Amino acid sequence: MNDLLPALPLSSGPPASGFLSSDLLSSDFLSSDFLSETVRALPSIAGGLLVTLEATLLGAALALVVAFALGLAALSRRMLVRGASRAVVEFLRGTSLYVQLFWLFFALPMLGFRLEPLACGVLAFGLNYGAYGAEVVRGSIAAVPAAQTEAAIALGMGPGLRLRRVVLPQAYALMIPPFKNLLIQLLKATPLLSLVTVADLTFRIDQLRSATGGTAAAYLLLLLLYFGVAVLLSAGMNALERSAKARLGQEGGGA
Amino acid sequence: MWDMEAARAALPVVLSGFGVTLLATVLGFAVAVVAGLAVALVQRSAPRWIALPVRGLAAFVRSTPVMVQLFAVWILVPGLNALTIGVLVLGLHYATYLSEVYRAGIDAVPKGQWEACAALSLPRRRVWRAVILPQAVRNVLPSLGNYAVSLFKETPFLSVITVNEMVHEANSFGSTHFAYLESFTLAAVVFLLASWPTSLLVRRLEARLAH
Repeated sequence: MNDLLPALPLSSGPPASGFLSSDLLSSDFLSSDFLSETVRALPSIAGGLLVTLEATLLGAALALVVAFALGLAALSRRMLVRGASRAVVEFLRGTSLYVQLFWLFFALPMLGFRLEPLACGVLAFGLNYGAYGAEVVRGSIAAVPAAQTEAAIALGMGPGLRLRRVVLPQAYALMIPPFKNLLIQLLKATPLLSLVTVADLTFRIDQLRSATGGTAAAYLLLLLLYFGVAVLLSAGMNALERSAKARLGQEGGGA
Repeated sequence: MWDMEAARAALPVVLSGFGVTLLATVLGFAVAVVAGLAVALVQRSAPRWIALPVRGLAAFVRSTPVMVQLFAVWILVPGLNALTIGVLVLGLHYATYLSEVYRAGIDAVPKGQWEACAALSLPRRRVWRAVILPQAVRNVLPSLGNYAVSLFKETPFLSVITVNEMVHEANSFGSTHFAYLESFTLAAVVFLLASWPTSLLVRRLEARLAH
């Protein structure tokens, strides 16, 4: 199993037998040993959490740019532009995020380009989720009633102004709920970073696990931290949706 | 640079891993389809003291990384082989997505169908099995297809618990022959070749069922 990943920093592999019964019983679960180690490791865990947040937010920012570029191209009047957008989206979605990240990390250096591991992650997340987001952008813009565009034309607005002042503000409110789902998906993909030597949250907690042997407690803590971040991110997106709807004079939002 | 010899040697290795990938996809999705329906029905019909914890647990599983779940179960549950654990964990993770899909599909069955069942005083089991579920499943078929493709593309996560699926094989070939470029490029191409036609098929199904 050592052939799995040359750079696998996680000390994987089931521990020796006999370990498990003690692990699930209270002897190590939340033992004072685990607690004191955790307190000592708090700065390291916080550092890992910051790396995870950084990767999530940078990845999401890149994904947003990619989503708008590909999504607007998919609505172009030129068939060539539409076709190119379609092909890029299908390529980015069809090749699996996991393979894309590993390709950037392991294969790209063989072509002479070496990216920082975190940059590989941000690039892979941004391109992959950007392709999913392109569908959201395209669909949301298409869902704005045609009468809105017609009214803007009747008022003599040019295409750029129409998009900026009439169509996008309405489409934007529709995009937020699906973008929220994609953001959570992106957060959940970030543990992949620990496989390419990035010291993210998963990496740090795994160190804690190795140091204490408190496997169950460490993983529970890890899952709870991810859950907490997911809850915060979705609360933020719900607030964004409410404000976008309020600006349009609509009520509610944030399911 | 690209080495044709290495690519030729990598291809059978990658393809042999693809068999495991397909197996994991089919089994994992079977778990997801069945367990997802169970979760949806429990949330809808079970007494509150069961339905609420199930809903909370499903939300928790849905919002936390499947990779961490795989690691946790693999290390904490002894005596099961890696593929079994991978299929169960990935399947249950997707079950928490599918339960929401089923819920929406069930909600979309017109109210008149329920009223007609009540008027005919059909037994509850028959209401579900003969009237509601067939229509609900038809509603959600395209979504199920999309999630199947999505699960397929997430099977590489199983490599972290040593399942020898395609990316695991590509990775080990890459490290022993120092041919990452060839092996990962081939893996990407196989994923693309398999998932593109499937998603086109799902889109066509979507268009057909829309009428």
